[in-house]
Amino acid sequence: MEWASQLCENRGLGSKMTDSKYFTTTKKGEIFELKAELNSDKKEKKKEAVKKVIASMTVGKDVSALFPDVVNCMQTDNLELKKLVYLYLMNYAKSQPDMAIMAVNTFVKDCEDPNPLIRALAVRTMGCIRVDKITEYLCEPLRKCLKDEDPYVRKTAAVCVAKLHDINAQLVEDQGFLDTLKDLISDSNPMVVANAVAALSEIAESHPNSNLLDLNPQTINKLLTALNECTEWGQIFILDCLANYTPRDDRESQSICERVTPRLSHANSAVVLSAVKVLMKFMEMLPKDLDYYGTLLKKLAPPLVTLLSAEPELQYVALRNINLIVQKRPEILKHEMKVFFVKYNDPIYVKLEKLDIMIRLASQANIAQVLAELKEYATEVDVDFVRKAVRAIGRCAIKVEQSAERCVSTLLDLIQTKVNYVVQEAIVVIKDIFRKYPNKYESVIATLCENLDSLDEPEARAAMIWIVGEYAERIDNADELLESFLEGFHDESTQVQLQLLTAIVKLFLKKPTETQELVQQVLSLATQDSDNPDLRDRGYIYWRLLSTDPVAAKEVVLAEKPLISEETDLIEPTLLDELICHIGTLASVYHKPPSAFVEGGRGVQHKRLPARAGSGESAESPDVGQAVSAVSDAPPAVIPSQGDLLGDLLNLDLAPPTSNVPPVPSSMQMGAMDLLGGGLDSLLGGDVGGSPAMGVSLGGAPVGMPAGLGAAPAVGGGLGDLFDLGGGVGVTAGSYIPPKTVWLPAMKAKGLEISGTFARRSGVIHMDLSFTNKAMSVMTDFAIQFNKNSFGLAPAGPLQVLTPLSPNQTVDVSLPLSTTGPVMKMEPLNNLQVAVKNNIDVFYFSCQYPISLLFVEDGKMDRQVFLATWKDIPSENEAQFQIKDCHLNSDAASNKLQGSNIFTVAKRTVDTQDMLYQSVKLTNGIWMLAELRIQTGNPNSTDLELSVKCRAPEVSQYVYQCYELILRN
Amino acid sequence: MSASAVFVLDLKGKVLICRNYKGDVDMSEIDHFLTLLMQQEEEGLMCPVISHGSVHFMWIKHSNLYLVATTNKNSNASLVYAFLYKLVEVFTEYFKELEEESIQDNFVVVYELLDELMDFGFPQTTDSKILQEYITQEGNKLEVAKTKVPTTVTNAVSWRSEGLKYKKNEVFIDVIESINVLVNANGSVMSSDIVGSIKLKTMLSGMPELRLGLNDRVLFALTGRDKGKTVAMEDVKFHQCVRLSRFESDRTISFIPPDGESELMSYRINTHVKPLIWIESVIEKFSHSRVEIMVKAKGQFKKQSVANNVEVRVPVPSDADTPKFKTSTGHAKYVPEKNLVVWTIKSFPGGKEFLMRAHFGLPSVENDEMEGKPPITVKFEIPYFTVSGIQVRYMKIIEKSGYQALPWVRYITQSGDYQLRTNA
Repeated sequence: MEWASQLCENRGLGSKMTDSKYFTTTKKGEIFELKAELNSDKKEKKKEAVKKVIASMTVGKDVSALFPDVVNCMQTDNLELKKLVYLYLMNYAKSQPDMAIMAVNTFVKDCEDPNPLIRALAVRTMGCIRVDKITEYLCEPLRKCLKDEDPYVRKTAAVCVAKLHDINAQLVEDQGFLDTLKDLISDSNPMVVANAVAALSEIAESHPNSNLLDLNPQTINKLLTALNECTEWGQIFILDCLANYTPRDDRESQSICERVTPRLSHANSAVVLSAVKVLMKFMEMLPKDLDYYGTLLKKLAPPLVTLLSAEPELQYVALRNINLIVQKRPEILKHEMKVFFVKYNDPIYVKLEKLDIMIRLASQANIAQVLAELKEYATEVDVDFVRKAVRAIGRCAIKVEQSAERCVSTLLDLIQTKVNYVVQEAIVVIKDIFRKYPNKYESVIATLCENLDSLDEPEARAAMIWIVGEYAERIDNADELLESFLEGFHDESTQVQLQLLTAIVKLFLKKPTETQELVQQVLSLATQDSDNPDLRDRGYIYWRLLSTDPVAAKEVVLAEKPLISEETDLIEPTLLDELICHIGTLASVYHKPPSAFVEGGRGVQHKRLPARAGSGESAESPDVGQAVSAVSDAPPAVIPSQGDLLGDLLNLDLAPPTSNVPPVPSSMQMGAMDLLGGGLDSLLGGDVGGSPAMGVSLGGAPVGMPAGLGAAPAVGGGLGDLFDLGGGVGVTAGSYIPPKTVWLPAMKAKGLEISGTFARRSGVIHMDLSFTNKAMSVMTDFAIQFNKNSFGLAPAGPLQVLTPLSPNQTVDVSLPLSTTGPVMKMEPLNNLQVAVKNNIDVFYFSCQYPISLLFVEDGKMDRQVFLATWKDIPSENEAQFQIKDCHLNSDAASNKLQGSNIFTVAKRTVDTQDMLYQSVKLTNGIWMLAELRIQTGNPNSTDLELSVKCRAPEVSQYVYQCYELILRN
Repeated sequence: MSASAVFVLDLKGKVLICRNYKGDVDMSEIDHFLTLLMQQEEEGLMCPVISHGSVHFMWIKHSNLYLVATTNKNSNASLVYAFLYKLVEVFTEYFKELEEESIQDNFVVVYELLDELMDFGFPQTTDSKILQEYITQEGNKLEVAKTKVPTTVTNAVSWRSEGLKYKKNEVFIDVIESINVLVNANGSVMSSDIVGSIKLKTMLSGMPELRLGLNDRVLFALTGRDKGKTVAMEDVKFHQCVRLSRFESDRTISFIPPDGESELMSYRINTHVKPLIWIESVIEKFSHSRVEIMVKAKGQFKKQSVANNVEVRVPVPSDADTPKFKTSTGHAKYVPEKNLVVWTIKSFPGGKEFLMRAHFGLPSVENDEMEGKPPITVKFEIPYFTVSGIQVRYMKIIEKSGYQALPWVRYITQSGDYQLRTNA
């Protein structure tokens, strides 16, 4: 026993004999020696030998050469020895498949052993031997074990089906094991049920289309019953399986929730989280006004808080999930801020997560406490934590407006500490604060400038340079400061170089006289001495802009910047919903969908929350797995996924045949994208009532289709409106209504997009508006107000946006207008300044209305009066216009114009020219007279000539614009 | 669903023992684990999940071991960590101490346990008392176990064996409340709560049905009784043995207890508690010369009660030297390896106030390293008393043989996470 004594010496163990003695043989003839021992007649010696073999295996030595000898020891009535031999087989069978066959007989025999422990052991081990040849021999014993009288054997056999399926799925199906497994869900023993559920879930996960987990109210009931009786692990299997079920209605949803809530009191954190998953998911179906909904919300908070007393790793998983829950349902934990305060001895990963949740929960009510804590954290030593704490202060400032001032002063205090990385983080966040609250905190710039020299991180340097450039006019020595950065231009990172280039150009545009040299220097550095294409391109653009049109350059470079949004790191809603379905899993820890980190197409399946009751969607979807349609399943990605493409295709097919986009009302300087987007929005949010055929087909299009994609004709909105009008009182031809255009882009209004147009219907002026919520939170409390304007337009009633506007939702409102409001002459005359308020802020925009809006219905002048008035108005008040390329004959033109209350008083034909005499009356009583000349003889001359006479000649040009618009549409 | 394989590693990342449950992750992937962990540690971004390509490592550390689970699926992470901690618990109950040596010394049993605790990534029986009935450390006992069918393993009551016999039937109930407090440097209590735990030591024959009665406010409200003081528990967690749906419906705590020691339940109470031992501290640091510390401790609990084994741990700079102490009671000691002064007071009566002064020298050369601001922590125990006022009103024990059994109740309040931030 040399190895033993050696060991004892080494360890000083003396008399104590433990398994460790088996680890010490390292001699050369070892395998040979073991072989002899394995074939010994003495049982004890045999066992000792097998232990030594296993010990060698454990330390990574290759003992596969002993395969036949070890297998020979298999037929023993000693359970411990048997287990060791089985263990050996599991390890080496794959490398010696032919020899593994030798073991089959014993396995088969053991599966019929009178001792259930041995039967289970055999079936368990056989499933772990991943050798094809063995699997076929496994089927018969497995079939018997699945029906074994002992539940211990059955529960082991249930798992074995999953193992076998993993090796040979076809075999399992052919042998009907899946059905047997499904039957086991009704087994009398809870542990068997739990393992059957686990096995089925595992198989279903890798074969999403297998329709294995055909859950129905009966099976759900069985699972809920077993839930009360099985082990903690079994409870998790069942809860995770339940989470895949979609209840038929809100009643079923509630009854399942009621039976799952007791699990929130389980001591095992994993049981609690799985229960939270089921509840969070099924809650989605409950009507919010239901009492039970509120009860459930209240029940969720305490167990979530208690998870924070678990072991740190479980705390971490819990915190990552709480982060999701707080985004999905902020009301659950809104009063629990304090439990997320960081403890000194928390591991760093717990600290960082707590900090993140603190910011999410920060509100006006608790901001003072939060700030005090953050300030405390910012003086800690852990660099990453401190950085994040400083950033958090900045985020608070941006999130809770009332706290901004306090946050800024806290940041200034921190800058005074002169701790290098603290200063740099502070400057980065102060830049964001400037962008959120322009013209408020610039007084701190001087303090920031003092720290210029200590900045050594690109992000901080870039932020500081941005600040200097942006506020160059307030910083006396801005040129010196920027110049100091320029010295080491080529050593800076790209981020800093780009920022420096822009900042100096800004400076130049603000103080052109003193900085010419500087700007030339930076432009040449960027364009000639740099090999970074981004930098070079930007340099050239500035150069050309500055040299060709300095005014345009100013407009571009010093353009007003959109405000930054409040929460920059929210998880995109569809992803959030998917992650809620994965509470407790790795996906919820990574905040990534499983498809992002699970390899291969198998097992990648998007889950989604069930639809809320009443939406009519849920009733038909039996199971999430099957019901996932291509459209709503689109993962959030930059590249349009199948769903998006489908949306586009639908949209293309739907587009009404039309060739040209109508002209935008003058001077609306929206980009093409916005124009199209606006049109698309109104198309989708369409006047379903007005155009039934279109409404029906539109119903099939995905609602959340991204605006601005695809060539959506903007005329759609107008078309709808035309239909609308056609259904009205007996008007022969509708007045022309321009399509809706975007008046207020979302990025200027914290996510609220307003597009609209004007229409005159049955003598009433309407402002037709579409509100689209492109932000992440619900918008409410809308109101509208007009500034004084040329014709006294004013809302005739309050703005009727009755229901809160949820994210991505669009609502169409028609606001009747009166002309009795205060009057002030506007430039241009038809300009209208509008203020719209919602729960978030007040937004201003201006739009222009076609003056035809003001043409009243009784505007037809008597012929005699017309003649007299025409003569009466001095000829210097007459204005001449040309309407080019109009193919209408006089009757058609006359008809069209009458639709917009431009009345033909008389018609005269001279040679090849028709002359229409027309009158228009504005809401304020002003008359306008017009003569429209149309060529009839020559088909090539299609230009119309228009003369307008009016006592208020400044209106004429707007009248002409209306003619243009009406005749061309 | 959960783990593909489970590994036990030593601190150098060497595999001591492992078990491949699913075979879908290459076992050699574990070789990357320690390198990745070290890398994270260096970057100060430690995380309990590490990924390497498509493989994810979920790990915990226990004494000188890493327990690591691998997976390449979207596993239930909370289940995996809960299972790893369960492994620690089971191994500890088997081997007293779980460390490198005990794994090597018992590798045969460890293999057996790994085989029994999890199958194909699904945790199975993890109750060590039940496991000990059929997985024994000495091989010779196996002959007995061989003939025994492990019914408990698959029973609905999977935590208690049948046929237990005691001469004297008794239950010992310990109600232990831990106080967690976080006090700001300016003396305001940032957060405080009570985490209570009811532990049982059951020595009862047969399969007894137990019912525990507490002065639970919700229960009293339900039953309409309104006598005496009640306690509102914010959240309650129960051992597997308690019938949760019964508690949910009528707040009855009914169960068949596990034999021997177990934690029956824990609860959390949010009510604002006055910190039982209040600490005021003045820490003055004179750079290059000295640190002066003055700590005042006050017992803010009933005069009749006494806090035992009170320890006030005050942080000092790591480069402090030549300690001098003066205490009005108890004994102060410098623990340089932890940068602490530990002031021990064996017995601290309620309402009393004690003082400790400490003086340290500082080297004239300043320490470059930034030091954190560790808080003062306090440890104590107050017997015969619970802060929340929770009471065991009854423990009913019914067994079909009809024996009489006695419950014994003991109360204790102790410090939990008790931290007071300092100005230093």
